[in-house]
Amino acid sequence: MKKTHHKSASLFEPTILGPAVIESFKKLDPRHQIKNPVMFVVLVGSILTSGLWLQSLGGRGEAAPGFILAISVWLWFTIVFANFAESMAEGRGKAQAESLRKARKDTPAKKLSKPVRGASFENVSATTLRKGDIVLVEQGDYIPMDGEVVEGVASVDESAITGESAPVIRESGGDRSAVTGGTKVLSDWLIVRISVDPGETFLDHMIAMVEGARRQKTPNEVALSILLVVFTIIFLLVTVTLLPFSMFSVTAAGKGVVITVTALVALLVCLIPTTIGGLLPAIGIAGMDRMIQANVIATSGRAVEAAGDVDVLLLDKTGTITLGNRQAVAFIPAKGIKVEDLADAAQLSSLSDETPEGRSIVVLAKDKYAIRERQTNQLEARFIPFSAQTRMSGVDLAGNRQIRKGSVDAIENYVRQDGRQMPDDLKSSIEAISKEGGTPLVVAENHKVLGVIQLKDIIKGGIRERFAELRRMGIKTVMITGDNPLTAAAIAAEAGMDDFLAQATPETKLKYIRDMQAGGRLVAMTGDGTNDAPALAQADVAVAMNTGTQAAKEAGNMVDLDSNPTKLIEVVKIGKQLLITRGALTTFSIANDVAKYFAIIPAVFVGTYPALGALNIMHLATPQSAILSAVIFNALIIIFLVPLSLFGVPYRPMAASRLLRDNLLIYGLGGIMTPFVGIKIIDMILAALHWV
Amino acid sequence: MNFNNFIQTAFFLGVLLLLIKPFGRYMARIYEGRPAGLNVWLSPVEKWLYRICGVKQDEGMPWKIYALAMIMFNILGILVVYAIQRLQGHLPLNPMNLPGVSPDSSFNTAISFATNTNWQGYAGESTMSYLTQMAVLVVQNFVSAATGMAILVAVIRGFVQKQMHTIGNFWVDITRSILYILLPLSILFALVFVWQGVPQTLHKSAQATLLEGTKDSNGKPVTQQEIALGPVASQIAIKQLGSNGGGFYNANSAHPYENPTPLTNFLELLAIMLIPVALCYTFGDMIKDRKQGWAILATMFIVFLPCLFACICIEQQGNPLLDKLQVDQRATDAQPGGNMEGKEARFGIVNSSLWVVSTTAVANGSVNCMHDSLMPISGLIPLWLIQLGEVIFGGVGCGLYGMIAFIIVAVFMAGLMIGRTPEYLGKKIEVYEIKMACLVALIPHLFVLLPTAIAVMTAAGKAGILNSGPHGFSEILYAFSSASGNNGSAFGGINANTVFYNVTTAVSMFFGRYWLAIPMLAIAGSLSAKKIVPVTQGTLPTHTPLFIVFLAVVVLVVGALAFFPALALGPIVEHLMLKGI
Repeated sequence: MKKTHHKSASLFEPTILGPAVIESFKKLDPRHQIKNPVMFVVLVGSILTSGLWLQSLGGRGEAAPGFILAISVWLWFTIVFANFAESMAEGRGKAQAESLRKARKDTPAKKLSKPVRGASFENVSATTLRKGDIVLVEQGDYIPMDGEVVEGVASVDESAITGESAPVIRESGGDRSAVTGGTKVLSDWLIVRISVDPGETFLDHMIAMVEGARRQKTPNEVALSILLVVFTIIFLLVTVTLLPFSMFSVTAAGKGVVITVTALVALLVCLIPTTIGGLLPAIGIAGMDRMIQANVIATSGRAVEAAGDVDVLLLDKTGTITLGNRQAVAFIPAKGIKVEDLADAAQLSSLSDETPEGRSIVVLAKDKYAIRERQTNQLEARFIPFSAQTRMSGVDLAGNRQIRKGSVDAIENYVRQDGRQMPDDLKSSIEAISKEGGTPLVVAENHKVLGVIQLKDIIKGGIRERFAELRRMGIKTVMITGDNPLTAAAIAAEAGMDDFLAQATPETKLKYIRDMQAGGRLVAMTGDGTNDAPALAQADVAVAMNTGTQAAKEAGNMVDLDSNPTKLIEVVKIGKQLLITRGALTTFSIANDVAKYFAIIPAVFVGTYPALGALNIMHLATPQSAILSAVIFNALIIIFLVPLSLFGVPYRPMAASRLLRDNLLIYGLGGIMTPFVGIKIIDMILAALHWV
Repeated sequence: MNFNNFIQTAFFLGVLLLLIKPFGRYMARIYEGRPAGLNVWLSPVEKWLYRICGVKQDEGMPWKIYALAMIMFNILGILVVYAIQRLQGHLPLNPMNLPGVSPDSSFNTAISFATNTNWQGYAGESTMSYLTQMAVLVVQNFVSAATGMAILVAVIRGFVQKQMHTIGNFWVDITRSILYILLPLSILFALVFVWQGVPQTLHKSAQATLLEGTKDSNGKPVTQQEIALGPVASQIAIKQLGSNGGGFYNANSAHPYENPTPLTNFLELLAIMLIPVALCYTFGDMIKDRKQGWAILATMFIVFLPCLFACICIEQQGNPLLDKLQVDQRATDAQPGGNMEGKEARFGIVNSSLWVVSTTAVANGSVNCMHDSLMPISGLIPLWLIQLGEVIFGGVGCGLYGMIAFIIVAVFMAGLMIGRTPEYLGKKIEVYEIKMACLVALIPHLFVLLPTAIAVMTAAGKAGILNSGPHGFSEILYAFSSASGNNGSAFGGINANTVFYNVTTAVSMFFGRYWLAIPMLAIAGSLSAKKIVPVTQGTLPTHTPLFIVFLAVVVLVVGALAFFPALALGPIVEHLMLKGI
C-alpha cells in the first residue's frame, strides 16, 4: 500500500523546530500556564526569584545576586522547555493538518433541483451547502462535501484523505455509498446527498483532531492530573513549613542562617512533578499524532484511551481472518466412483464458473490429477449458472451428460427427482468436512452422486500469531460469522481465536456486545456495513472502515482510512502506549525526588547543623552548586525526555506483571539512580568552570 | 540482636500468626451474617437492640446516609464525653471527689476518644472520676473502634457488591462489631488481667504507710502514699484491643497495676495487634480471594519487621556517649544491657521495643516505655510509622481502609505503567476514586506539617517544649503526627495540657479521622455501584511479590518524601550529632 502522506516527521524537522522555539516563549503567558497547575507553580516561583534577584541588585538580597540570577534563569528555562515539548507535539500535528487543509479547497458545487440526472442545477460554492442538499459531481469534479451517493457509480480518487493512490468505486446503495468531501471523481458521475453541515465534515474533524484544537482531557489524564496536583500541594506545604522549621532550628542551634526563599523555591520546583507535568500535554497530542500516522482518525481522545483497555475484540471472519473466498482442497469420491472421474466432472462443471471457488476447483483438478483445462467452445457445452432457486450450477454436455454441483441439500433434492439417495458413505465424509470447518460441495452426474469437493476457508497468513499477541495483551478475540456453529468452531480453532459467534445477525451481534459489557468487559469491533451500525454504536471502541457506509462511520468512534480490519491491533497498542508513557514518566518524576532531597537538604541546613553534611552523599562541591545542579538537572531532564514523550515508551505485548516489573525497573529504579549521576555531573561541570 | 531477643520476638510473632486465620474468619462470618457461634446464641439480643432502636436490619444505606449516621453518632459521643467531664464533680461514682475537667482539656479528650486516638493531655488517675473513666471513656473506646471496623466493612462491601447503591447498614455493622467481637474479647482479656492482679474496683484509692518517710516539694514530711485504684482491667482490655491506647493511669502500660506481669505484657501486646492483623484475613475472606488479604498483610510485615529488628538492635546497642564513659552496656546474665533509660526494668529491651513498634504501627498509642528516651533512630521509627499514615496494620478498621487508599493510588500508577485503566479486585479505578484516595492517602500529611510549623513559630507552642534543639523539634513533630495519625502515643517531653496544644491537637485528630473516613465511604459507594471486571491475562495481579513490594515502596516513598526534611531536622540530625559526625 503506497502512502503519500501521514508520515512521521523527523524530530529535527526545521519547519517544526523553528516555530516551536518561538511558540515556547509565547506560551509563558500566565493565561496559558494556569491550565497546567504544576507548571503554573513553577511560573510563580520564577517570578518570585526574579524579583528577589532585582532586590539583591540593590545590595539587600538574601543571597549573592549571581546565585539568585542563576536559579531564576534555570527556573524560566524549566517552563520554556516544557512549553517547547508541547509546541513540538502541536507543530507536528499542524504540519499534518496543513497537508489536509489543502484538500479542503473552496470547491464549486452543482446544486441540483431534484435528485435526478439531467435536472437543472445552479453553480454554488461548497460552503453554502447544507445537510440534505443534492449535488451532481461529474468527471474531474471534486466532491464538495461529505455525503451519500443516491444515484450513479464512479471511480473516485481518495488519496487526499487516505493516502491511498488507487481509485475506489463509489455507487448508490450497498456498502460503498459514502463519499468524502475533497476527493475527486475520476470517471463517470454521481448524484450525492450532502450529509453534514459546513464545519462538521470528516476533513474538518480530522484537521481539528490533528491540530489538537478539540483535544479534551481523557479520563485517565484527568485522574493523573489530580494526582499531580495533590503531589504539588504536598510539596508546597513541605517547603512552606520548612521555613519555620529552619527558623526554629537556627534559634535552637544558635548558628547558621535561615533557609533563603530562593533555596525554598528551588527545592519546591525540584520536588513537584515538573517532568511529567511539563510533558503531559505533549504526550497526549503525540498519541493522537501516532493514531493519524497509523491512518486512523479517532473522533475523541477518550476512544484512543479506551482502546488500551479493550478486553474483547470482535472480528468479521471474511476478509479479516480468512481470505475472502474458499478454496477447493480435496475431491472425495462416493463408493464405486474413481476419484479421477469425480475430478473430471467437477472440472467440467466449473470451467465457466468465474467465482474464486470455481476457479480453485479447476486449479486443484489440474494440480492433483493433471486434468488439463479444455476449451469450452469445443465441448458443445451449455453452462447452467448458479441460481438462487436451484442453488446449483453445472453444465449440460453433448451425449446427454448433466453435471451439477451444489450444496448438500440442493444436490439431495436434485438426485431425489430420480428417486435416488445420497450414498451413506458420503454422508460421513460430508460431516467430517463440516467438522473441520470446510464447506462440502457435492457433485452429481445425471442424478447420480459422484462425490464431494472439500472447500476450505483459507486463514490469512500470520493472523494466528497476531491473535496470540493479543492474548498476551489480555484481549479475547471473537470471530463473527454467518457460518453454522460447526464450521465456525473449526475455523476459530484453526485461526487461534478464543470464541466465535456463529450465524450472526445484527441482533445477535448487538446482544453479544451487550452481554459482554454487562460482564464488565470493554468491547472493540470493526465494521463497514450499515447493518454493523447498531453494533458499532454499542461497542466501546468501534473502528469503521473508510470504505464503509456513512451510517457505519457515524456509529463508530474511529475511522480506519486503510480499511484494514486488523488495524484494531495497532489501535490497541497505541492506546496502551499512551498510558504507559504517562505512567512511566510520572514514576520517573516522583522517583527523581529522592536524589534531589539528598542534594538540597544538606546544602540548606549544613550551616545550622554541620552534622547534616553527612547526607551530602554525592559530595557536591558547595551548597550553592548543589542547589543549582539540582535545578539544572530538573530543567534539562524535560528536554531529554521530549523524544520519549513524542514517540512513546516502546510497548511489547506481554503479561501485565512482567510489563510492570520491567517498567518499574527502568523508570522507577532508573528514576532514583539517574539524578544522582546527572546532578553529580552538572556539579562537577559547574565546579570546574568556577561558576559557583 | 542476641538469642534471647530473637526467641521472645519470634514467640510473639508466632502466636500472632497462628491467630490470624481463625479470628479473621470468625470476623468475616460475623459481618456477613453467617453463623459463627456467638451470633447464633446472642442473636435475640441483637434483634432486641434493633427493635428498641428502630433499626431495620436489612435496609442498606447509600454511602451518604451511612456517612451521616457515622458522623452524627460520633458527634453525639463527643458532646457526651465533653459534658460528663465538665460535670463529673456533681455526678456519682467519684469517690476521690475530683473536680470538673477544664474546658480545653475536656474538648481535647472528647475528640481524642471519639476519633480512636486516645491522646491524653491529662493524668487519668488524678483527673477523671470512675464514672468518666468507665461510663464515658470506655464506652468511647468501644464505639470509636467499632466505627473504624464498620467503615472498613462498608468499604469491603464496595468491592464485593456489584451495581448496588447501598453499602450496608451502619447501625448493624457497629452493633455486630461491639456485640460479637469487641465485647466478648474484652471480657475475656479483662478477666485474665484481673486474675493477674490488675485492679477492678469502685472503691476509692488505697492508703499505704511508707516504710521510709520522705518530704514533698514544700518540705513537709510525707508518710502516706495514695495508691490509685479503680475499674482498671475493664478499661485496659478494650484500650489494647480497639487501638485506643488511653490508659487508666498516666504511666499507661508501664504502670505496675495496668501491666503487672510478663503474661499481661504479652497479652496486651497481642491485643494491640490482634484485630488489625486479623482484619486483613477478614478482608480476603469477604472478597472471596484470600490471597489478596495475605498480600496486604505481607506488605505490612515487609515494613513492620525491619522496623522492629532495627529498633531492637539499636536499643540493645546502647548509647554511644555512654560507651565513651566506659559504661558496660552489653547484655549479660546480670543485666539486659542496651539503652535502658526510660524503660521499665521488668520489660527490658525486647518487650519495650516490640511495644514501641507495635503500638505505632497499629494506631494504638499505649506505651510501656518512654519514647522520648529512645535512641534517635529508634525514636524515628515509631514517628515514621505513624507518619506513613497509620497503614502498617493501623487502627482497627481504619488502618486497613487507609491501606486500601494507598492500594488505589498504587494500582493507578501500576495500571498506567501497563497501559490499562487501573482496576482493583475487578473494580475500575477512575477519576472519582483517585480523587478520594488522594484525600485519604496524601492530604493528611498537611495536618502534621502545618500545626508543627505553627507550634514552632508561636510562643504558646514553644512554651510547651522541655528539650532544646533537634530533640525538642522531634517532640512537637511527634505530638502532631500522633494526633493526626490517631495514634495517641506521646513522645513525651512536651507539656501538652495547655490551651494551645489541647486545641491544635484536637483539630489535627478530628481531621485526621473524618477527613479520611468520609472519602473512604464515598469510594465504597462508588465502587459498589460498579460492575466487576473479569480477570484476564492483561489484568495486573495484586497478590504477587512484585505488587506487594511495589505497594510497600509506594507507602514508604510517599511517607519519606513528605517528611524527609522535617525528619532531617529532628531525629536524623540528632543521630548524626550523637555519632559525632
